[in-house]
Amino acid sequence: MKNIFYALLFSLVSTGIFAAGPCNVSGGKINILANEFTTYRIFMDEVKKCAGSEADFNVTHSVDHNKLQVAALSANPAEFSAKLVTNGSITTLMNDGLIRPLDDLVGKYGGDLINDNQKITIDGKIYAVAFMANAQHLWYRESILNELGIAVPSTYEEVIEASKKIQASGKMANPYGAAFQAGWNLGQEFVNMYLGHGGEFFKAGSAELNINNDQGIATLNMLKRLTEVANPDFLTQDTNAVKEEWESGNLALMHIWNSGAASILDDEGDQMIKADTRLAPSPSVAGGSKPATTLWWDGFGIATNTSDEEAEASFRALLGAATSTEMANNNPNATIWLIKGYSPGDTAGPVVDAANRGATPYPSLPHMSLLHGALSTEIVEFLQGNESAQKALDDVEAAYIAKAEEQGFL
Amino acid sequence: MPHKTFFWFFFPSGLAMLLFIGLPIISSFFQSLHIENEQILMEVENCDVFGCKTEVRVDLDATKKIEEENPLGRFNGFGTYSDRNHLAFDEINDAWKVSSSYNEFFDIVLNLPFYKALLFTITFCFTVTPPVIVLGFIVALSINTISKSIKGPTIFGTILPMIVTPLIGSLVLFWMIDAKGILGATIQNIFEDPNLSLKSSSELTWITLIIYGIWHNTPFAFVVFYAALQTVPLDPLEAAIIDGASRYQRVRYIVIPHLYPVATFIMLICLMDNFRVFEPIIGFKAEGAAQSLSWLIYSDLRNESIMLFGSAGATSMLTIIGVGLLLTPVLIRTWKEFKTER
Repeated sequence: MKNIFYALLFSLVSTGIFAAGPCNVSGGKINILANEFTTYRIFMDEVKKCAGSEADFNVTHSVDHNKLQVAALSANPAEFSAKLVTNGSITTLMNDGLIRPLDDLVGKYGGDLINDNQKITIDGKIYAVAFMANAQHLWYRESILNELGIAVPSTYEEVIEASKKIQASGKMANPYGAAFQAGWNLGQEFVNMYLGHGGEFFKAGSAELNINNDQGIATLNMLKRLTEVANPDFLTQDTNAVKEEWESGNLALMHIWNSGAASILDDEGDQMIKADTRLAPSPSVAGGSKPATTLWWDGFGIATNTSDEEAEASFRALLGAATSTEMANNNPNATIWLIKGYSPGDTAGPVVDAANRGATPYPSLPHMSLLHGALSTEIVEFLQGNESAQKALDDVEAAYIAKAEEQGFL
Repeated sequence: MPHKTFFWFFFPSGLAMLLFIGLPIISSFFQSLHIENEQILMEVENCDVFGCKTEVRVDLDATKKIEEENPLGRFNGFGTYSDRNHLAFDEINDAWKVSSSYNEFFDIVLNLPFYKALLFTITFCFTVTPPVIVLGFIVALSINTISKSIKGPTIFGTILPMIVTPLIGSLVLFWMIDAKGILGATIQNIFEDPNLSLKSSSELTWITLIIYGIWHNTPFAFVVFYAALQTVPLDPLEAAIIDGASRYQRVRYIVIPHLYPVATFIMLICLMDNFRVFEPIIGFKAEGAAQSLSWLIYSDLRNESIMLFGSAGATSMLTIIGVGLLLTPVLIRTWKEFKTER
């Protein structure tokens, strides 16, 4: 798998076919629901350009897109004609059949414009077209590490050691940052760290939970040690808040999304910090070889409950952007585009590295979001120091079982 | 008023209440008795950016068929009410058996999501309501005595916390209490502790939320008290002045008794409102430290995109019962007063 990914990234560079694309949608209604971050803004600008001036074009950016999507797309006609999805959010839409197969549309407009790996195929049918890959990885301030003679950490144990050294030097009180906000973000930190410890979330082929074990305990203890070198407000900080901390110069090490480069390395903010910011591979943990992070793709799906005309208009506009070599090469550092003819920028390294070192994609399982939800609330008390790691895992398990039984998975 | 006139007078609002409050409650109740149909899982070959593998998926056709036969889902009776995420009877029973002291027992119980949320909700309710009534009364009394020329702007300024949308109000305060915000930095200066943060511990978060609650609710009490103050009869007040009563005595023996029923009304509304505390938890990003019953409902419906309707329905019903229990003493009292007045 890792070789495929690596090879593809570079085969993209060599393919030089640029076609006009499926743009210039004449009229039609396009209404898209999407997450909120800079790379998506860049992508959406291109979609809008592609949709043309005659189309009735609307896009809703929301960090709560995951929470809105099922309700919004269940309605008939659906509130949105298209949704930007990831390997995390696509599963709940698939569970209820809320996005449609795209084979016809891909056949009609896609042709050889899209790479094979952009087609997200489930049981033989294409349900989404991916346009970027993302992962969380380490970021560091070069001058600070150099000054204190600290090597770039390659394991989480080293991250903690380095953070303690920075604390001891008196340069920063809380040098480490990651999105620990109670809720989805915190759940994601657990997911990363647990996979880094080599854990499996479920017993093979079933919805039965498998996190109440030594790896689970080790994961929690590692998270706890990391929060001790992070801002004491860590439970209220999402990715955007951590980025702000970074741009204010309060952090020397952080573990956030590769796509954060689009806003951290732009021309706004403190240029000294920007010039000092370096990207590094995601650390491994507990002597493992895998980095403790997950691989993500971002793509788009088209609502089932929308008219065929709207579906087609939306598909064409989105595909126009998802095949726009120009957009990709104008913003090479915004993320890792999966688009034909794209030459990866300087910031692609850590994601490619994660794929090569065998990082696991975020599990696209129908019941994963129930576990993610249980994690996001039940491990909080452990991190606050109010309960033991064992108790926290018992709580996660009990909360998950109650939810999964209600939802018909167990 | 004759009963017939009253009926027609009340009919439009009664109908609206039935349609928009009564029916949804009944529907939530039915929903809470059901759980989702069994999900048929199958293993299929999936391919994405990172390669192909065989994974579990929901078998849409099979699941849809069950769904059509049984659109409400499986009947579960009060099973959802008694499960671990709600009243948790089994867990409490176990806790009783294993714990050796009351402390240990309550520790276990208050770790269960429903009871954790209930504890915060009740604490919030009973710590916010009394100060709101007292402060609202004091503010109303003070504003009632200031000169006419500055009364208007003062009243506007006073009700501002109520005008500001709860979410916006709490966000503004959230930024102000940030370690680098004006309030947060001042507090750090006063206590000379650069690591002090109002967001970092549960206790401090609770206190912040409660202070926000008082700040947000006081204008409501003020407005009602202020209106009621205008109805205080002047004759007894003047008589009291002639008799040489001090300002305190006038307030204590004439104004307060006159405003007593109004205070009961404010208490009812405040208790009810505060029992449903929700927005500040979102605004202050306090999910980690403080969860309320309303927040639990939100979390069930927004549980990382899978909606747990049964769970949310059950929590809603329990919240309604909670509000009912909370208001019963006050309602009984009002009813008795009403009876004796007749």
